Amino acid sequence: MAHATDTSTGTTRRDFLMLATGAAGAVAIGAAVIPLVSQLAPDAQTVAAGAPIDVDLAPVAEGQAIKLFWRGKLIFVRHRTKKEIEEAKAVDVATLRDPQTDEQRTKAGHEQFLIIYGNCTHLGCVPLGNAPGDPKGDFDGWFCPCHGSHYDSSGRIRKGPAPLNLPVPPYAFNGDTKIKIG
Amino acid sequence: MSGHSSYVPKTGIERWLDARLPIIRLTHDSAVSYPVPRNLNYLWTFGGILAFMLVAQIVTGIILVMHYTPHATMAFNSVEHIMRDVNYGWLLRYLHSNGASMFFIAVYVHIFRGLYYGSYKAPREVLWILGVVIFLLMMATAFMGYVLPWGQMSFWGATVITNLFSALPVIGETIVTFLWGGYSVDNPTLNRFFSLHYLLPFMIFGVVVLHIWALHVVGQNNPTGVEVKNVQKDTVPFTPYATIKDLFGMVVFMVVFGWFVFYQPNFMGHADNYIMANPAATPAHIVPEWYFLPFYAILRAIPDKLGGVIAMGSAIVVLAFLPWIDTSKVKSMTYRPIARQLFWAFFVVCIALGYLGAMPAEGGYVIASQIFTALYFGYFVALFVVGLFERPKALPTSIADAVLASAHGGSAARIATATAAEPNVKG
Repeated sequence: MAHATDTSTGTTRRDFLMLATGAAGAVAIGAAVIPLVSQLAPDAQTVAAGAPIDVDLAPVAEGQAIKLFWRGKLIFVRHRTKKEIEEAKAVDVATLRDPQTDEQRTKAGHEQFLIIYGNCTHLGCVPLGNAPGDPKGDFDGWFCPCHGSHYDSSGRIRKGPAPLNLPVPPYAFNGDTKIKIG
Repeated sequence: MSGHSSYVPKTGIERWLDARLPIIRLTHDSAVSYPVPRNLNYLWTFGGILAFMLVAQIVTGIILVMHYTPHATMAFNSVEHIMRDVNYGWLLRYLHSNGASMFFIAVYVHIFRGLYYGSYKAPREVLWILGVVIFLLMMATAFMGYVLPWGQMSFWGATVITNLFSALPVIGETIVTFLWGGYSVDNPTLNRFFSLHYLLPFMIFGVVVLHIWALHVVGQNNPTGVEVKNVQKDTVPFTPYATIKDLFGMVVFMVVFGWFVFYQPNFMGHADNYIMANPAATPAHIVPEWYFLPFYAILRAIPDKLGGVIAMGSAIVVLAFLPWIDTSKVKSMTYRPIARQLFWAFFVVCIALGYLGAMPAEGGYVIASQIFTALYFGYFVALFVVGLFERPKALPTSIADAVLASAHGGSAARIATATAAEPNVKG
């Protein structure tokens, strides 16, 4: 076995210590990064606040739209008119930027209710089109004032910089007008 | 370039300290005897002005934190509490909010001065890149600071800017969730932005120290772009010459700053930010602070989300590569007939982009933004190409010659055409 100060053999106790310390240091730094980054994620309280919510849609009259929050995110519920439903169904899906049929975006038998997230898929502004006097864009849906995206009466992107349709949150009907979001 | 130290300790205490921590020697060498080119104009006072603004922002900011509450339900009211209840709170807040704008005015003058006089060229590349780093840190600090009052513009500005990261493929959405600490901009977002807004100015301070260190290694550029050749003839000591010039420039700058603070404190802000943040409604016309407008116009000019983000980022990052993009060996635009016109065109393009960034993103404004975005990047392409064939005017043989020539109104400096035609690189 080589003497500790004998460098002629190429391997010394110092080399071993150097490698072992370096390896231990690398593992320690890697382990330290986990809590430092992980704490940035949504905390337990925020996650818990994402429990499902029940909403009664009976008070939402035809042609009316409401805003509600789930998990801190804005959700639009629109009770669509016959005209709006027909317009949404009449679109040739192949021409859409983010192709989805109206059937994929609503629940069968409840086509009058469109339930979608209310933040523009471009940069997150709230599109106008819920209140009676609001501009609804060129397609009877929503118009985002920030950067000019137009959504149709199914919440699909039709014009402007946004890349995707307004997403549909997870929800189910448990009654004719009662839904559970989440 | 300063050579050996000229500091001579006068008292026993100074000699004692100098042998243990030569801090007085350091100060003397870098702020008293340090040689500066004798032809610096007032554009060179903005470095000192910026140092002052950084300290002013840190001082007012630390005081504001003593009265501010970083919580989504209380932040807005705590800012109003500062404005109404805290002694001189209105003054400290207006100094801080207008100070941010004045900081950017000064930094833009400083950057354009560097662009005009070729201060980014060898041997000042590292100095220049450190400046770009400071600029990026300033933008991050200003953005996060603007979120803290938790008004409508704060909230929606934060939403739009953090959503830029969602344009990244695959990991974009995760990054945004980690930035927010939730599923939307909310209290966790405000808390972490507050923490970072407090941290970043000290990081800026650190990079400023490096920036000044690099400056003192290579020496200052000057309006001729000709390097110092003879310290005796071409330079004057920093104190009193540069000190008094810097202080005078600073006082004039403070007059403008004071006018905004006392007479137009909200001129550079938005009325919408006096409405508390409301996640259910976006202001009809959302724009960033004025100093981000040119970059915002570039973002919106590209009709693709990811493309827009990349273009905006590139508009800043391209500056860091300028030392290698500009192919001309002549630093100062004063001696570059073609590039000088390009520079002024670039200046107008930046102003135009700023205007377009404030306009709604529709119709002719979008097309104009696209044209000016192309021109913005075109400047860098043009600098590369023009440097290859441009015939610069005759350079003065030295700084002293240039100064004496203009002092006598003569053309003494212009006779040495043969010498000047040689590339003026020394370092």
